[in-house]
Amino acid sequence: MAKSIDVSDLNIYYGDFLAVEGVTMTIKARSVTAFIGPSGCGKSTFLRSLNRMHEAIPGARVEGKVMVDGQSLYEPSIDPVAVRRQIGMVFQRPNPFPTMSIYENVLAGKRLNNKRMSKSDADALVEKSLRGANLWNEVKDRLSKPGMSLSGGQQQRLCIARAIAVEPQVLLMDEPCSALDPISTAAIEDLIHELKTDYTIVIVTHNMQQAARVSDDTGFFNLKAAGEPGHLVEFNPTNKMFTNPDEESTEAYISGRFG
Amino acid sequence: MTVTAPPVVDAEESTGRVGDAVFAGISRGSAILIMLALAGVAVFLLQQGLPALGNHGEAAYGKDNIWAFVWPLLFGTLLASLIAMIVAAPLAIGVALIISHYAPRPVAKVLGWLIDLLAAIPSVVYGLWGIQFLALNMVPVYKWLEDHAGWIPFFEGPVPNSGRTMFTAGLVLAVMALPIITAICREVFAQTPKMHQEAALALGATRWEMIRLAVFPYARSGMVSAVLLGLGRALGETMAVALVLAPTLIVSFNLITAEQSSSTIAANIALNFGNASGSKIDTLIFSGLVLFVITFAVNFLGRSIAARGRKG
Repeated sequence: MAKSIDVSDLNIYYGDFLAVEGVTMTIKARSVTAFIGPSGCGKSTFLRSLNRMHEAIPGARVEGKVMVDGQSLYEPSIDPVAVRRQIGMVFQRPNPFPTMSIYENVLAGKRLNNKRMSKSDADALVEKSLRGANLWNEVKDRLSKPGMSLSGGQQQRLCIARAIAVEPQVLLMDEPCSALDPISTAAIEDLIHELKTDYTIVIVTHNMQQAARVSDDTGFFNLKAAGEPGHLVEFNPTNKMFTNPDEESTEAYISGRFG
Repeated sequence: MTVTAPPVVDAEESTGRVGDAVFAGISRGSAILIMLALAGVAVFLLQQGLPALGNHGEAAYGKDNIWAFVWPLLFGTLLASLIAMIVAAPLAIGVALIISHYAPRPVAKVLGWLIDLLAAIPSVVYGLWGIQFLALNMVPVYKWLEDHAGWIPFFEGPVPNSGRTMFTAGLVLAVMALPIITAICREVFAQTPKMHQEAALALGATRWEMIRLAVFPYARSGMVSAVLLGLGRALGETMAVALVLAPTLIVSFNLITAEQSSSTIAANIALNFGNASGSKIDTLIFSGLVLFVITFAVNFLGRSIAARGRKG
């Protein structure tokens, strides 16, 4: 089910503004790839270009290629809606639908794909997705309660359950723990470890320890200079990144000597 | 080490305090004035209208009692407003969605202005447009309805050549109520949190599915209150209806005829007040009191639903 992503020479624009320039990388299937870098360097923008979510902002466009398992994402014949069904996303702040129950939240994406689902199929999918997100034991007795009644960390895991319920091939996570306490963060990180057996996971994080803990490969993004577009400085296995990076600026950033 | 005394700011503070007091006084006064104006209207209507409770015969325009006089007008008011809402609500929600979510920004802006401009047109102009343009152009439609759906009491006919019917009045009211409903819906739609919209899009929702999943649930109470405020506008509208409808005291569901058509409270007052004298004036004022109570209730309901939605 999981797929690899090949990006070559990707430029991302907002109108005339070039936000990210010349990114080339290969994201391996069934692995966790982390993006680190200072705020505003374009790592979230790049992440969003991988499932065409950045197009929600008017004027956003890309040049270059993003290939998912040999299929180009930006062919004119490709519907962004179809892309997003294959490549799910979890956001910085937990965003369960406020008017829906836990149960309905998990099914929200699936209900878009096929309207009719038998009660037993739906129940099974909800249990499977919630188990997949390590949330089942905590919520199984209150599935009809609003999704917003959960704690922040639980809400985030609910969002992960909602994302994996549509069985995507890739899961993008945009700083999924930045609004959570350390215990919830640990729960999500454990979950990421488990999910990578089934999914290709790409995660943006501000927390370098987190990148070191969860990822197999790491990409370091930075601005070339103030006012210049962001770019990919280095992309290497996480081990190498954190012990013996190729670029001096990577080491400076990772060791906190950033300037 | 010397300890410096805290700086003395009395002089500065006292001017600030005077300004504060003046401003507080002015705004408190304005608030009280509004309450007094509202209370004044209520007291006037009660004082002048309640004596008409016992009116009958000549004083009640030939009806046995005051209720027999008010009821047809109240019925007409509600019917015209109901038609207006059935037409205006879906239209307004659609236009508001186009402005907030579909159209490119420049187009949305122009569309927003145009809708706001509709609110600036005087109601007498709407009335004239209703008679001279809309009514005449609706005649073929009414004729078709009479021929093909005449078995439904709503479309029994006969259709007048002037086209001045209850349905025409409802359509004019719909156009008049459109701006306020659109404006409020547009605001509520635009306030839908981005994170919920993105949540829907990231699940592979199309734009319409995103609107159903994220925008409508968030905006539901706002939409209801927008429609109720539009209804408040339609209930009280006078000139446009007075021009389109003849004042008859009949309860009739027939939407596309002239002689058997109901009229509305506001239009009836406007058309008859000039000729009224003595206890007939009280009768008309009493009908005004009924309208006042109903519009007040509708507006109140609209506001309270909006406030409840904002809290939740």
